[in-house]
Amino acid sequence: MAESYLPLLILIVLALGFGAVVLVLPALLGPREINKQKMQPYESGIIPFTSPRRRFPVKYYLVAMLFLVFDVEVIFLYPWAAVLRDMGVFALVAMAPFLLVLVLGFVYELKKGALHWR
Amino acid sequence: MVPLNWYLTVAALLFALGLYGALARRNAIAVLMGIELMLNAANLNLVAFWRYGEQVMALTGQVFAILIIALAAAEAAVGLALIIAVYRDRRTVDVEELDLLQG
Amino acid sequence: MPTLPVPTFTQVVFVLIAAFTVISGLGVVVARNLFHSALLLAATFFGVAGLYVMLEAEFLAVTQILIYVGAVATLITFAIMLTRGAMHGETNPLNRQWGKAALFAFLFLVGLLGYLGGIPWPAPFQAIQADEGLIARLGEQLVTRYMVSLEVMGLLLMVALVGAILLARDDKP
Repeated sequence: MAESYLPLLILIVLALGFGAVVLVLPALLGPREINKQKMQPYESGIIPFTSPRRRFPVKYYLVAMLFLVFDVEVIFLYPWAAVLRDMGVFALVAMAPFLLVLVLGFVYELKKGALHWR
Repeated sequence: MVPLNWYLTVAALLFALGLYGALARRNAIAVLMGIELMLNAANLNLVAFWRYGEQVMALTGQVFAILIIALAAAEAAVGLALIIAVYRDRRTVDVEELDLLQG
Repeated sequence: MPTLPVPTFTQVVFVLIAAFTVISGLGVVVARNLFHSALLLAATFFGVAGLYVMLEAEFLAVTQILIYVGAVATLITFAIMLTRGAMHGETNPLNRQWGKAALFAFLFLVGLLGYLGGIPWPAPFQAIQADEGLIARLGEQLVTRYMVSLEVMGLLLMVALVGAILLARDDKP
């Protein structure tokens, strides 16, 4: 069974090899010139106006955390969905409390305004 | 074919690394990373024992591993939120400076 | 056995993935830059996912990548960026008990490996019938035998959600 992943392994090796070649070749072949313009951080052509090293607001963390919790929820839903057709109503009822509790958490989060982008 | 104790050896190595990281690092986030490594090692053990066990189709090890992954995710969310709250209050995430409970 | 057995292809792949996993794990705990630690942690998670594939637990491998690499590693990176500057001027990433910690972890490892070596583990594993549908089987187990675990996990996730929002939120306007 594990042998059926051989194409994936070949793909990984090829991808890593390509990445290595692309990194090494310019260093060997290209001209090297370092000036101030070149070493500036690239921000789609706009001149950066603040240091990228400042701390950033906590709201990004909140969004990431909400994503994490619902990500985990999806992991439980996936095998359940695979068996739902065969087990019918029973599987639906068994999953209901799980979903209900998480919807409660979601409602709390909405009420708290955690999804408000201030 | 790979013998079972190869997997167990890898898991033991990961666990020892996580243990060292959790005990020896100063940054609270690094401590949390050590704990995540240990949880991963435990999971690897569970899945390996499931695969080499008698009742493969019972899937006990896989169910346990999924539960632990979910648990680890919840733990990471709350742990990091705690670290951020502490940082907001004390302006530090150094575990050696957080000694209010020390007598 | 007079000579060393020739490793099979699967064993070679296993050793490569295992080495990748353990070396990145080592990097996580020794890296001076916390950001490097976080990236190496994601690499370690990838390696463990590879080991899951070798154990024929494909769903777990996908879960591992989706949750650990996709969410937990991201969350850790965000937390590092949020608390940046906290360790300003401090270059030593180790606390004062690191020597004892290293000794303890090493002794623990030696004890564990010694213990592992002394047990005759069951060698062969049974083949999984591909037509069984492991994921459907997993779902069936989750809603029947492990139903209580599932509901408790829902509760735990809800509590984690509420608690983390409450802790991380900045209530100052």
